[in-house]
Amino acid sequence: MALKHKTPMLDELEKGPWPSFVTDMKRMAARKATCEDWLGLMEMSYEDKEGHWKHGGIVGVFGYGGGVIGRYCDRPELFPNVAHFHTIRVNQPASKFYSTEILRKLCDMWEEKGSGVTNMHGSTGDIILLGTTTDQLEPVFYDLTHEFGMDLGGSGSNLRTPACCVGKARCEWSCIDTQDITYDLTQEYQDALHRPMFPYKFKFKTSGCPCDCVAAIARADCSIIGTWRDKIRIDQEAVRAYAGGELVPHGGAGGSEKRAVDVQAEIVDLCPTRCMEWDGKTLKIWDEDCVRCMHCIRVMPRALRPGTDTGATILVGAKAPILEGAQLSSVVIPFMKMEAPYEEFKEFVEKMWDWWMENGKNRERLGELIQRLGLQEFLKNCELTPDPRMVNTPRYNPYIFYDPAEVPGGWEHDIAAYRSRHQA
Amino acid sequence: MPFDPNDPLKDRITDIGPPKYDKFFPPIVKENYGKWKYHEILEPGVLMHVSETGAEMYSVRVGAARLISVDLIRDICDVADKHCGGYVRWTTRNNVEFMVDDKSKLQPLIDDLRSRGNWFPMGGTGASITSIVHTQGWAHCHTPAIDASGVVKAVMDELFDYFGSHKLPAQVRIALACCLNMCGAVHCSDIAILGVHRKPPLIEHERVQNVCEIPLVIAACPTAAIKPKKVGELKSIEINNSRCMFCGNCYTMCPALPLANAEGDGIALWVGGKVSNVLSTPMFSKLAVPYIPNEPPRWPTTVNTIKKIVEAYAAGGRRYERIGDWINRIGWERFFETTGIEFKHEHIDDYRLAMTTWRTTTQFKF
Repeated sequence: MALKHKTPMLDELEKGPWPSFVTDMKRMAARKATCEDWLGLMEMSYEDKEGHWKHGGIVGVFGYGGGVIGRYCDRPELFPNVAHFHTIRVNQPASKFYSTEILRKLCDMWEEKGSGVTNMHGSTGDIILLGTTTDQLEPVFYDLTHEFGMDLGGSGSNLRTPACCVGKARCEWSCIDTQDITYDLTQEYQDALHRPMFPYKFKFKTSGCPCDCVAAIARADCSIIGTWRDKIRIDQEAVRAYAGGELVPHGGAGGSEKRAVDVQAEIVDLCPTRCMEWDGKTLKIWDEDCVRCMHCIRVMPRALRPGTDTGATILVGAKAPILEGAQLSSVVIPFMKMEAPYEEFKEFVEKMWDWWMENGKNRERLGELIQRLGLQEFLKNCELTPDPRMVNTPRYNPYIFYDPAEVPGGWEHDIAAYRSRHQA
Repeated sequence: MPFDPNDPLKDRITDIGPPKYDKFFPPIVKENYGKWKYHEILEPGVLMHVSETGAEMYSVRVGAARLISVDLIRDICDVADKHCGGYVRWTTRNNVEFMVDDKSKLQPLIDDLRSRGNWFPMGGTGASITSIVHTQGWAHCHTPAIDASGVVKAVMDELFDYFGSHKLPAQVRIALACCLNMCGAVHCSDIAILGVHRKPPLIEHERVQNVCEIPLVIAACPTAAIKPKKVGELKSIEINNSRCMFCGNCYTMCPALPLANAEGDGIALWVGGKVSNVLSTPMFSKLAVPYIPNEPPRWPTTVNTIKKIVEAYAAGGRRYERIGDWINRIGWERFFETTGIEFKHEHIDDYRLAMTTWRTTTQFKF
């Protein structure tokens, strides 16, 4: 069946070896008028080199202040089937395992009540159902909650849907239970996730180890990154096997052939703190100098493993550039055990949120507030003790805001006494 | 009870959160949760995980677009039903993973995936270029300077060989955000593709007072370029264009200030960022190319420039070095020389913290 709109430019994106979203959408368009008009609108954007979606539009489901993004096309006279094209964010199960049963149910529902177009997944982690009309929002929400045991994700000045790496489900390096932490925080803070209460968005992301597969340190207002504080576990036999070319190095990441690892050049000399020694037989690690970068463990995964006294480093304040420039998260708690029910962590979270809600300006991320009022203020309000692990270097500017309580006599001067010593 | 449109609040269920993470675990994952001992990539796209219990799980990773239809999800389900006991997962970078609990099930799965045209390319593991994470672009966003899915498709077609192989010094993570809002948070990627505007917003004086809170618009400008202004009887604003840094924050606050423009908009490329703490510490991506025009449908200049960067890195990077590590070792002067990319005035920062990026040493290379 010929489609309603000609799409010569989009058709060019059907060529080439990578899976084509155009081909995918065309087969939907054969039976969904929404997809047909969506393709037509995209083609027009390709011709104009400008997008064709209107700014904003507040829609949602009763009782929630987020989870639905209103979207209207700016040429409804040409593309009436995408005149309304709202997005629904559905909170994904942590680390994104699915049964085909639940996926098929979702697909059938979304083909009936929406466009049949999705993102698997959005940048934050949600399942994105892309494109429906206002009258379908409540029926979709009803099905999600009643039939599928699912709920909406965050949007706007809410807690955004927490996300994590694959963690203990399929990774030997995960030092914390990333999925349980994510699930627990999501459940504990449902109200913050569904009803705007913050100055701006707030993201939790949890990675099981310093490889940080979920990019917590770059994207999360609060980054939870697994680590350990005892010794790397070593199997010296296996180290020798790597050196002797009996095993595939780097877990096969650099090629699946067996190859003798040059332990001195590839491991010891590349170690950022040079905390290792190799005499051809035994690998010695001075763990007190190790900064847990994971390199040696990654190159010889069958010989080296993270320690067993595991927990997390908590960092705060990461964000993309809007508005004061991009920030990475900064260390505020070098080590926390992170065991269920995570009470110590939640106490910290609530102090942090209180301070941010009290002091944050409209659309000011936590990282920007810390920049404006200072990391010291943040630490004081969260009752955390300053620690050299929180800085790359101590300050090199001499302008210190001293606390009057720490200066004898505070900030009071005796003018008469001063002038009795020094004539004006 | 089905949904009753006349009484939408009846039997309402709210705040239940997502399904618990282990509800959809395949049995082998449930049994070996927290017990995995080591892993090995057997070939590009095929991972083996070995448990303390002796169990072995094989995962096949395939690339996918982020924008996918329910039909494609159903195809994915067909494969998972046939080979994987009805379970499947997605990675944080839009790849799909099919898992089997026995080696004998691996080859039939691979054969099936390969028999389905080019829908399921295997790869994205190890020292490869994996799927590009990206934003909505012209598909669904109201502030984009570029499309997202089309640029990603064109770039991945060109770099396809690197997706299904392990021939780079280390992994290369590419990300795309279609405007400076960066809901894709691309600022720490090995290569970032960023949509940029280059014309200050146009001001619809007739609409401003009706659709915008003028004080909020003024406060939204990070360079204080916006002032209130009366135009005849209309309350509006004026913009000091020479101070505009094209962030679009005012448009976010006020729909009467659009800044999308076919001639102004285009792509900036950034390089050398990373998030992992492996060897070096996390790094921001830095500007490589300030502007490339929008060239739909296949963005040839963007694609070729990225390819040039990847090839220079593939040739010059040492084993385990990410793009940022490679550049730090050879120096930025050598990066521009090797890639043939021109260094221009835009490369020198002039926003906050700019001075932390200027060279304050006599150490450099001629």
